[in-house]
Amino acid sequence: MANSTVNNGAKPDILRVEGLRVYYDTPRGSVKAVDGISFALKAEERFGLAGESGSGKSSMALAVMRMIKPPGRIAHGGVWLDSRNVLALPEEQMQRLRLAEIALIAQGSMNSLNPVMRVRDQIIDGFRDHDLLLPRREMEARIHELLERVGLRPDVADMFPHELSGGMKQRVCIAIAISLRPKVIIADEPTSALDVVVQRQVMETLRKVQEDLGASVILVGHDMGLMAQFVDRLGIMYAGKLVEVSPVADIFTTPRHPYTQMLIASLPSLEEKGEFRGIPGLPPSLLDVPPGCAFHPRCPHAMDRCGTEEPLMKEVQPSSWAACHLL
Amino acid sequence: MRADYVLKRFGIFLIIVWAAATLNFFLPRLSPQNPVREKLTQQALSGGYLQSGIQEMVKEYEAKFGLDKPLWAQYLNYWDDLVHFQFNYSIVSYPRTVLSMMGEALPWTIGLLGVTTLLAFLIGTFLGALMGWPGAPKFISNYLLPPLLTLSAIPYYVLGLVLLYVFAFQAKIFPIFGGYAAGVIPNWSSLAFWWDVAQHALLPALSIILAAIGFWALGMRAMMVTTQGEDYMIFAEAKGLKGSTLFLRYAVRNALLPQVTSLALQLGHILSGAVLVEIVFSFPGIGTMLYQAIRANDYFVTQGIILGVITSIGIATFILDLIYPILDPRITYRRA
Amino acid sequence: MASVPTAAAQSLPVEPSEGGLGEKLRGVLGYMRRNPPLIVGLVLLLSLLLFCGIGALVYDLNRARPLSVPPGLPPAADYPFGTDNQGRDLFAVMVAGTPLTLRIGLMAGFIGLFVGTVLAFVSAYYGGLIDTIIRGVVDIGLTVPGLLVMIIIAIAVKGNLSVEQMALVVACLAWLYPTRTIRSQVLSMRERAYVQVARLSGMSGPEIIVKEMLPNLLPYLLASLVGATASAVLASIGLEALGLGPLESPTIGMTLYWVIYYSALLLGMWWWFIPPIVIIIILFVGLFNLSVGLDELANPRLRRSV
Repeated sequence: MANSTVNNGAKPDILRVEGLRVYYDTPRGSVKAVDGISFALKAEERFGLAGESGSGKSSMALAVMRMIKPPGRIAHGGVWLDSRNVLALPEEQMQRLRLAEIALIAQGSMNSLNPVMRVRDQIIDGFRDHDLLLPRREMEARIHELLERVGLRPDVADMFPHELSGGMKQRVCIAIAISLRPKVIIADEPTSALDVVVQRQVMETLRKVQEDLGASVILVGHDMGLMAQFVDRLGIMYAGKLVEVSPVADIFTTPRHPYTQMLIASLPSLEEKGEFRGIPGLPPSLLDVPPGCAFHPRCPHAMDRCGTEEPLMKEVQPSSWAACHLL
Repeated sequence: MRADYVLKRFGIFLIIVWAAATLNFFLPRLSPQNPVREKLTQQALSGGYLQSGIQEMVKEYEAKFGLDKPLWAQYLNYWDDLVHFQFNYSIVSYPRTVLSMMGEALPWTIGLLGVTTLLAFLIGTFLGALMGWPGAPKFISNYLLPPLLTLSAIPYYVLGLVLLYVFAFQAKIFPIFGGYAAGVIPNWSSLAFWWDVAQHALLPALSIILAAIGFWALGMRAMMVTTQGEDYMIFAEAKGLKGSTLFLRYAVRNALLPQVTSLALQLGHILSGAVLVEIVFSFPGIGTMLYQAIRANDYFVTQGIILGVITSIGIATFILDLIYPILDPRITYRRA
Repeated sequence: MASVPTAAAQSLPVEPSEGGLGEKLRGVLGYMRRNPPLIVGLVLLLSLLLFCGIGALVYDLNRARPLSVPPGLPPAADYPFGTDNQGRDLFAVMVAGTPLTLRIGLMAGFIGLFVGTVLAFVSAYYGGLIDTIIRGVVDIGLTVPGLLVMIIIAIAVKGNLSVEQMALVVACLAWLYPTRTIRSQVLSMRERAYVQVARLSGMSGPEIIVKEMLPNLLPYLLASLVGATASAVLASIGLEALGLGPLESPTIGMTLYWVIYYSALLLGMWWWFIPPIVIIIILFVGLFNLSVGLDELANPRLRRSV
């Protein structure tokens, strides 16, 4: 299995994931949503995790938060937050960890807020359940400050979620996510279902709060354009595995793994004109992943070895890793 | 709360009352039977009168009850009476008015129905919420669910009959019928009387409660399951909120909304069931009165009760409609 | 906006279907294990039907009429369920009455469903004012306690009701609930792709309804039929117990009426009221489970652990 030293050593790791496997048990067999993922997140780093729908990215995010529910389970592997073993913590401590040290901005911002509670109360209950409740006046000031940080007016605090627009709701979610000053923020497709202008606003907000807090961000998604603009390092997922992890510029200019290459090639560019190029075939069902390298049925450079032996992550260049037998 | 929401709800209430009253008026008149004539004929036969003066008597009474005027005039008279709460006289217990009879019976029914429905709803909803929450003890959903499910399928009065047989007749623990012991004069200031009433009311109340709990529990459980699939539950858990907070303020609070709607819709059904339960236990409420009125062809009492009941349900629904926006802040805004 | 090319619907590998009766039977049994209410419901109802069927073959059903046997006797060898105060043989009454009650329920349920379906389609498909009116009537009608309205109707029709007339009385209100539920089903179906395609290809409204929508709606209609039958039986028994039913027929509800009328409870005639109660319980629990099971069949829910 790939080992965990996928970083460049200078800053300490704030989050380490090693050999993580998340399986969903169905009557037809186990769906391997995450099948042996390892990576490390440095402090104040912005890390992207890209992949198609169904490649296991959201399961990864939930697994790190230890929120996988039956029939899903974490079948293998470890998660360390600041050298603390997250998977071994008793549930009560895990609860304390959530929001205070690691926060999630979930997918589906349209519906992430409780429809019958005012925004103010939804910010407050995070404080309350972490025993960090402040006296009323200070709490109000804190709420205003949080809203301001994400670019919202203070009177938003009194509103109900249905009175807010999509972008505003998402920014409230960000405000809640940073309210206890976590070290890691996981943003799972934070801008899906938003229009381009609002997308930009939200991403700008995210960048700003991350820099203010000095937190690390994992951005999970499938929008390569967003990734290009936001993250420092980018990991590409395919069929539940990580196939390449590199600084973002390298991914776009010199992709190593054939999947990444074809991916980048398929992105439309403003400069050239030509036909759209896709990747032939379909991604495999996670019930029935091809043996060896999961990509080999669709890979134009596949060799015999690719069908039997699973490639390990290799450091092709300093801090550029890919899992392919060609390298 | 927006004015147009209230107005709309009130308008619906008025339509319900109007429709029921009109139906109440026209349907009996569709049949060729003449209640006054029948009643008088009956009395004449039982009393041994000669038939000769019957025709004149009938005409007299018809004029008195206004039955000799053309239909539209009768209809207007009908409404005139209604608005003045003049529900007419009972044919059987003449000269008692329908209104006074209803006034006597209504508090019993409201007491029984109100208390039992509230209890069944609260207990059932609470149990259902626990059954629908993975964090709750498993024995509730494993052992409570099947019996509650079965009970919910059985009509209230059937359960009443069973309870009546087992506890009142065989075990002789509870009284068999009535609202209080026969021969006792109601004395609401006496504790002993209250105790007597409680004993008499227990079995009817139990049959309604047991049969209804299952329904509410099932409904709430289903709502809880649906609610937990919502995105805001995921985000709430990611906020590191405590289990009790997630359960009460997020899951239950949201699942409660369709449950209350369900209550409003079920009122009619609950009432129908309660009427039959009263009859089984001869509980001195509207139900028993209705039963006796039907059997004795006491026309006006029947009509009066039915109209009164439908109006009450209309009022109750209206009140629930007003409560709903308080629970769900999205409602008043949808009208825009 | 550039994005990772998303795959088309990721389908799970399709298992080749093997023919053969054995395979199919195993599939059916496997499904049944996952849907216990369906089995429970079917078993209960079939046992009732068996009871009536076999009873009708071996027993003289004329004894269900009044004055055919000595009144007021507890169960004995000649009279397995005893006799009532009007000289009816209660075993015969149960065997004869249960199908009658079921018949009323089915007839009313069927009519209710039919009318409800027609109204639902009209309302959902044509929309506008018609929809508003139908929906308004249904909403108001459902708020009102059905039993009471039926009492008014039954009184108006006073006289000796036949079983069929009874069913019609009950059917007067039976169409309300089906109209509402089927309408919402049709509304959601209307927006589906195959309906849009049919419309584009020039099919007329009624044609689309009959050829495209109805076949897809059948499982749901079946589940609704069971539900409508159950509530029709409930209503009819309620009316009968009040004395507003077919007085001459030995239906379950009428039996209850006589039980109450003659205070059978006080007289300790347990053999009189226990059989109808037991049959009612079996009937309703059976119908309830069947309806839950059919609902699961029509709308399979991928529920996991709760």
